[in-house]
Amino acid sequence: MEKVLLLRYGEIHLKGLNRPYFERVLLSNIEKALEAYGDVKVIKAQGRYYIENLGDDPRIYDAVSRIFGIISFSPALKVEKSMDAIRKAAELQLKEAMEAQGDFNELTFKVESRRSDKSFPLNSMELSRVIGAHLLKNFSGIKVDVHQPMVTINIEIREWAYVYHRIISGAGGMPVGTNGKAALMLSGGIDSPVAGWMISKRGVKLTAVHFHSFPYTSDRSKEKVIELCRILTRYCGPIRLYVVPFTRIQQELYQKCPDNMLTLLMRRFMMKIGEIIAGKEGASVLITGESLGQVASQTLESLIVTDDAVSMPILRPLIGMDKIEIIDIAKEIDTYETSILPYEDCCTIFVPKHPLTKPRLDRIREAETLVEGEELIKEAVANVEVIDIKG
Amino acid sequence: MEKEIYLDNAATTPVHPDIAKTVMECMVNDYGNPSSLHRLGLNAEKKLKAAREELAMALGVNADGIFFTSGGTEANNLAIIGTALARKNRGKHCITTQIEHPSVLNTFKYLEKEGWEVTYIPADRQGIVDPDDVANAVRPDTVLISIMHVNNEIGSIQPVKDIGRLIKGKGMTPVFHVDAIQSFGKIDLKPESWGIDILSVSGHKIHAPKGVGALYIRKGIKVHPVHWGGGQEGGVRSGTENVPGIVGFGEAVRWIENDVDKKYLYLLKGILVAGLKERVSEMVINGPEPQHGAPHILNVSFPPVRGEVMLHALEDKGVYVGTGSACSSRRGNVSPVFEATGLGKEIAQSAIRISLSYMNTEDEIYRAVDLIEKCVRELEGFTRR
Repeated sequence: MEKVLLLRYGEIHLKGLNRPYFERVLLSNIEKALEAYGDVKVIKAQGRYYIENLGDDPRIYDAVSRIFGIISFSPALKVEKSMDAIRKAAELQLKEAMEAQGDFNELTFKVESRRSDKSFPLNSMELSRVIGAHLLKNFSGIKVDVHQPMVTINIEIREWAYVYHRIISGAGGMPVGTNGKAALMLSGGIDSPVAGWMISKRGVKLTAVHFHSFPYTSDRSKEKVIELCRILTRYCGPIRLYVVPFTRIQQELYQKCPDNMLTLLMRRFMMKIGEIIAGKEGASVLITGESLGQVASQTLESLIVTDDAVSMPILRPLIGMDKIEIIDIAKEIDTYETSILPYEDCCTIFVPKHPLTKPRLDRIREAETLVEGEELIKEAVANVEVIDIKG
Repeated sequence: MEKEIYLDNAATTPVHPDIAKTVMECMVNDYGNPSSLHRLGLNAEKKLKAAREELAMALGVNADGIFFTSGGTEANNLAIIGTALARKNRGKHCITTQIEHPSVLNTFKYLEKEGWEVTYIPADRQGIVDPDDVANAVRPDTVLISIMHVNNEIGSIQPVKDIGRLIKGKGMTPVFHVDAIQSFGKIDLKPESWGIDILSVSGHKIHAPKGVGALYIRKGIKVHPVHWGGGQEGGVRSGTENVPGIVGFGEAVRWIENDVDKKYLYLLKGILVAGLKERVSEMVINGPEPQHGAPHILNVSFPPVRGEVMLHALEDKGVYVGTGSACSSRRGNVSPVFEATGLGKEIAQSAIRISLSYMNTEDEIYRAVDLIEKCVRELEGFTRR
């Protein structure tokens, strides 16, 4: 008898001829995510993966629950396909389930079986009935309820027999790397890590771009962004972070351009630099954490002005979300506590008192010519710091 | 870049190399537990005793009134909560100031939640409280008065001597606690003759390692322990003593008392103030006039350059200072000390704290003045409109 994990994957089923590719990527992602947990063995089977040689580090469950492409997983007992072994495993699982239930008068349960090995002497219905009867005889205080049981003992007959009672939700989505690559504009606030997480969930590999304005922002704010990337790697795999020196551009804009346009002009420069870095990294789109109307630079008119700066598409997964919804996700993926550390980021310095909310594109374009844009961008890109974050 | 210039000594000081050596030797050789009965235990106990005597000598008190703690915060907590608990049957009113360190302010906030009443005395623009205000706040049920000696942000010196005299002179009974963490080893401090009952000090502000502090408790004053264990330090502070840290603390005190000219800090401060006044005329001095404040703390603003930006720009040039009032535009709040002393928000946001130690050189101060001027000139054009 061995403890194993049984992983189910979801939407990959839909992918027809691409399926072997998706499965291969997912397998490799699982292996990488569990590298730290010793000698675990990942085995591919029909429509699922088994993880054997689990060890006893309970954090492996968290690690599995963060892998995109897994819809659910179950800690299971792997036993020989003999009735004796299956009975014993079912007893252990029921016992564990009863302990987990805590207080109850009478525990309701059912047994559900699946049989892909048709040579097994009992069919699914018969197996469920026999094991159910065995459990009823050997435990007191339990009762069968096939409609709404508190506990379901699952038995799967495949190459081996697998017995389990828990089904834990996975991260869902698609395996990272199966949907190309994107450059995430990462400020250090609450929104951008969530935006990156959401796009990565759809199978996209991330590279991150952060703008650093020393001495207006400090080494701590840079460290904070590195930490956010580190948290994201738990879901998205390794992330290459580009830290772009942005002080000079902000100072030039500040000295030469109209006050109320500063934030928009700054964002246009960010997009332009982001596009160049994305190009270098083989990323085909940009991601921002913008949400419609949240601040002056995120009105429809402002977004049009930002979009105009680059030809690369900009994905804005948070566009229709309320702040509170974004915060909920940030808390769930563990980026929130880091995001709210109170260090300055480059978006909060040089903020105009009365920023434009309905900017006119022609005027913004005109203001932009007041600085040597190309030179400034070239200088910034030449001095980027590249940090590879493995997690 | 030239060698760094460390001017954030009110946050912490570098451990003096000789003191580090003493600590290291103690760690390796005198590793016994002072409570052990064997010879190694006795050796460690002797080391503790010697350190205790160094502190006692420097403060002019009896060595059996010195109790070692894990640092300044614990010393302040123990003094305040320990006194409040020891006297809870006599009364539940305490007096402190609005400009105390968080380890005092937040301890009183806790006591308030637990049913004590606390009066917070305001400070004037120089960051100094009026002794009469303190004396007038005393009630029959006042059990504790806690006043800091030197303010950690702006360096104002509280008239603790006068306060001690006023509150004792009238036959009143509250315990008088003084947080001397910023002043010990730098300015005159005489707990016995000033009427101070309990005094907090800390090692890492005077070139000893972090993680060691002490309380002086006048004979006859009861401090209720706040945690329980083997009864070390007269039962006031249980827990195996941090022998190497305490030895380092003792050595630092010995060094300062014997080998250091305490006027040296005022000399450095004088150079700093004169240099900055001449070179950066827009400088605003926050708190007391430099010659009236603590010798090692100078809090200044270079409006409109924000303090945090100034700090990082200086760091880039190898000069390390503090902001004292931690206020980022995100939090947008002003430190209670600046609030209490009524300095404007812009002044508060551009405040930096320059703090000196006996290990700084005159040359460092001259260079720092140059670099501060340079930073101000570089940054003054780029401030929020």
